[in-house]
Amino acid sequence: MSEAVAHDDHHDHKPTGIGRWLFSTNHKDIGTMYLVFSLIMFFVGGAMAMVIRAELFQPGLQFVDPQFFNSMTTVHALVMIFGALMPAGVGLANWMIPMMIGAPDMAMPRMNNMSFWILPFAFTLLLLTFFMPGGAPAGGWTMYPPLVLQLGDGFPFLIFAVHFLGVSSIMGAINIIATVFNMRAPGMTFMRLPLFVWTWIITAFLLIASMPVLAGAVTMLLTDKYFGTAFFNAAGGGDPVLFQHIFWFFGHPEVYILVLPSFGIISQVIPTFSRKPLFGYASMVYATASIAFLSFFVWAHHMFTVGMPLTGELFFMYATMSIAVPTGVKIFNWMATMWKGSMTFETPMLFSIGVLFMFSIGGFSGLMMGITPVDFQYHDTYFIVAHFHYVIVPGIIYGVFAGVYYWLPKWTGVMYDEKLGKLHFWLSTISVNVLFFPMHFIGLAGMPRRIPDYNTIFTGWNQIISIGGFAFGLSQLILVWVVIKCARGQGEKATDQVWESAHGLEWTLSSPPPFHSFTTPPQVTDATAHS
Amino acid sequence: MSDSHGAYYIPEPSRWPVVGSMALFTTFVGAGLFLNGVTPVVLYLGLAAVIYMFYGWFSDVIKESMGGNYNHQVDISFRWGMSWFIFSEVMFFAAFFGALFYARVYSVPWLAGEGAKFATHEFLWPDFQNVWPLITTPDMTTALTSHFTLIKEVIPAWGIPAINTAILLASGGTITFAHWALKKNNRKALVLWMAATVILGAIFLFLQAEEYIHAYHELDLKLTSGIYGSTFFMLTGFHGFHVFMGATMILIITLRCLKGHFTAEDHFAFEGVAWYWHFVDVVWLGLFIFVYWI
Repeated sequence: MSEAVAHDDHHDHKPTGIGRWLFSTNHKDIGTMYLVFSLIMFFVGGAMAMVIRAELFQPGLQFVDPQFFNSMTTVHALVMIFGALMPAGVGLANWMIPMMIGAPDMAMPRMNNMSFWILPFAFTLLLLTFFMPGGAPAGGWTMYPPLVLQLGDGFPFLIFAVHFLGVSSIMGAINIIATVFNMRAPGMTFMRLPLFVWTWIITAFLLIASMPVLAGAVTMLLTDKYFGTAFFNAAGGGDPVLFQHIFWFFGHPEVYILVLPSFGIISQVIPTFSRKPLFGYASMVYATASIAFLSFFVWAHHMFTVGMPLTGELFFMYATMSIAVPTGVKIFNWMATMWKGSMTFETPMLFSIGVLFMFSIGGFSGLMMGITPVDFQYHDTYFIVAHFHYVIVPGIIYGVFAGVYYWLPKWTGVMYDEKLGKLHFWLSTISVNVLFFPMHFIGLAGMPRRIPDYNTIFTGWNQIISIGGFAFGLSQLILVWVVIKCARGQGEKATDQVWESAHGLEWTLSSPPPFHSFTTPPQVTDATAHS
Repeated sequence: MSDSHGAYYIPEPSRWPVVGSMALFTTFVGAGLFLNGVTPVVLYLGLAAVIYMFYGWFSDVIKESMGGNYNHQVDISFRWGMSWFIFSEVMFFAAFFGALFYARVYSVPWLAGEGAKFATHEFLWPDFQNVWPLITTPDMTTALTSHFTLIKEVIPAWGIPAINTAILLASGGTITFAHWALKKNNRKALVLWMAATVILGAIFLFLQAEEYIHAYHELDLKLTSGIYGSTFFMLTGFHGFHVFMGATMILIITLRCLKGHFTAEDHFAFEGVAWYWHFVDVVWLGLFIFVYWI
């Protein structure tokens, strides 16, 4: 196989110029575009978070008016979820899945490119609303009617941006399913797939099942505003709560769409740096599938306080808590993988352990809010903000960081700067806890979310939170520096295997890999399969 | 043209994806401007660009297919792709069926005072009653002006809708006969059955249009008639749009059959379109039962 790789190096006729990127049919180039786009949006959304934290540094109104503050919270969420997190996951899938399953590229390379190129246009559509009469969306990213219907000229652009992003996600998901089902190398059976690939297949199914539902929900918003329908209008026989049901039928699986790829990444990283195979591979697959399946039956835990029938409240409470079982299986499997391992703590491993600890904190606060009567107190306070930021930042983003540090030497052919990587991890980890942990306290004490002003008793913690926020934001510049250094080839040359104990097909290719990953399918055996 | 890598087929760089993204962007900007009361010209430009993109992209795909570039593996990828695309469409319709069921099972009974939500009924619309089809709306039961249109009558299931059910079911048969003819390499029967399918689709759309005109002009059943009109027109409207798309696709496949494309063994484009047509058919059965009949 190394012969085949060497042979291909000669024939690497990469397209050149801007056309290489605009017209690409190459999974690595498209993956790179996804990741770069995601990083840019991470800073765009981050800048909005900085505006929020600056305004909340003191009680009273300092820098922005309340309407703009609300736009910041709303668009921060939309940009981070649809612009930073999802494209990061898809970018990693694009880069790694063909290499991990022994394929030359994705199953449908042209559609792959369209999935990416929709993103910049969709976000142009969304961000243009800042310059329209009535401003950018300010009713929360969840777009609840009737509040969202009060948005000005930007309203249809918000709706169409969501449709557009949905098209991109569905095409991306279809491509991943077709690739994994149809492009696996001989011998790469399903139960030999690396766990990252498994988590992505399951994520892709979640996307296909949930994104169209969101499209339907926002279409109803559009017709309610412009064409006089009554879906969310009680005066016409509809119900505003109906929107929340449809939205969260999408919204809860969406949470797992974001987190499952991160679980996949750390399931690759932890065995490598523990120098042991992943503990309980099959149970990991089944646990992931169970989480995904259950995610379709828990949506109403986002809306315990809207006044559902009691049976509904109870059902969704028990269903929600049952998700802790497969999630616990995963957490314990990762710990068992490390148990008695010969561990080292390079940056990817540090970020993975960060996920393990801090995702668990977010998971436990999630369980607390899954208890209906308790949720009545926590609902719409900073406690929920603390919960989902613990899940998203040190849970999902740390997983992405782990993946980026883990595979960066493979992508660029040079090792990243380990000192800078560790600095990035420690600064991020200290600041992220300063940023999000006190939110639990002010939330329990009753500070509501999405409010530009607050009672003076919350001042102290808010100032600490803001300082943590600025520190976390600045720490991310280290990542940019690390990535630029690697992209410019500055660093020690990486070997093909990169990490001493890394297993899997991607490590059999050269670093950087040839333009088309596997030109002849490799034969996979148990020995060369997942770690 | 093609870039052949051993057993795999990878298409050359293509401009269609980025053209498609720009075309859709133009369409969305145009639709947004139009809804804000500005000119629809940008919308038309965008739609024209979308059609241009589909034409160009599919021309390339057909050329590659006719050039024999697509091996068995590509064929399987297309099959997975088409199946899951159809599944995503099913989920889109599921959202609207969900809205219909929610209205019938929860929101309308609640507004009429059933269950735990009696306060809205009690304080806002105490005279509102739960009947389906809902020809009035809650706000019509008070002396204040209503935002909605009072329905005189709804469309009965056993008129045009039943005929349309028969037409769509028959068209599912004709496209299957066309498939059998193609498999036996009987080109003449193939084209005839395909033409019959297109014609049945067109008749369906014509009757649906008649029904809409009747609803708007004689029955006062409109999109603005409260939750009944909303679910009725959004469900049948999106379905009608899918019939239109399906019939267009079948028409194009028929033209390709006339040009001698496809072989008895290798005709995924035909099958993909046939799957889509059956999907549209099944959605209609759901509509007939839940929107018109019960």
